[in-house]
Amino acid sequence: MSESDPQITLYRLQACPFCERVVRVLDELDLSYRSRFVEPMHADRDVVKRISGKRSVPAIVDEATGVTMSESANIVEYLTKTYGDGGAA
Amino acid sequence: MELDFEVISLPASDHPTEGETAPDFTRPLVNDEYWEDASLSAVTDEGPTLLLFHPMDGAFPTTYIWNEIDDRGFAEDIQVVGVSVSSPYEHKSLLKERAAEARLFSDPAADVAAEYGVENPLDGMTGITEHRPAAFLLDESRTVRYAWVADEWPAFPEYDEIEAAIDERV
Repeated sequence: MSESDPQITLYRLQACPFCERVVRVLDELDLSYRSRFVEPMHADRDVVKRISGKRSVPAIVDEATGVTMSESANIVEYLTKTYGDGGAA
Repeated sequence: MELDFEVISLPASDHPTEGETAPDFTRPLVNDEYWEDASLSAVTDEGPTLLLFHPMDGAFPTTYIWNEIDDRGFAEDIQVVGVSVSSPYEHKSLLKERAAEARLFSDPAADVAAEYGVENPLDGMTGITEHRPAAFLLDESRTVRYAWVADEWPAFPEYDEIEAAIDERV
């Protein structure tokens, strides 16, 4: 792990529209993030369950704020409030 | 009775040798839970690493190679990472069956094979070039401490040599 490692980790499923929605907002806000792709099979997503308590994606971990969150609407709201114009960070 | 079968000789390969620095690359790296882009240097930063190129997942040499590496427990002593043309989904399936504790890079276009001089264009599978079997033991600075590259096909790594090289490093 180097200093340039992004603070935000996005757990995502390939071709999942809810995940793409989060990606679009991350890009709009010019935030760097790492993508971790998980299994299509819900039952196999233990890593997501471990970090967020649920097996649903998208989920993000933001090391900068200590926030872990799932549900795309919640994530979009969080990112916009935290990093958008007039945001806290 | 003499058995009439063919082992194909491969052309000489221009691969990194002992003392040289192994080329760095970034590809999706698959573990038993997820995959993410990772560089070889990020892996070697964590410690000595066995970098193993192998044929596509599902080919019998791939199965045999990982079975042998599992039996010898290389991953208990050092980091073990594989590379093949197979997709992350195929790597996930492989990791469910074998290659315990290993991680697998996905290199579908075999560009990393070209970088390392270990390409193997496949007869009868037009458009597919994969990686010839090859093993490189790397230290934390990606210096090659041991190298073996197949010069015929099929071929299997010199497991005893790899084991001896690992024993010297750990």
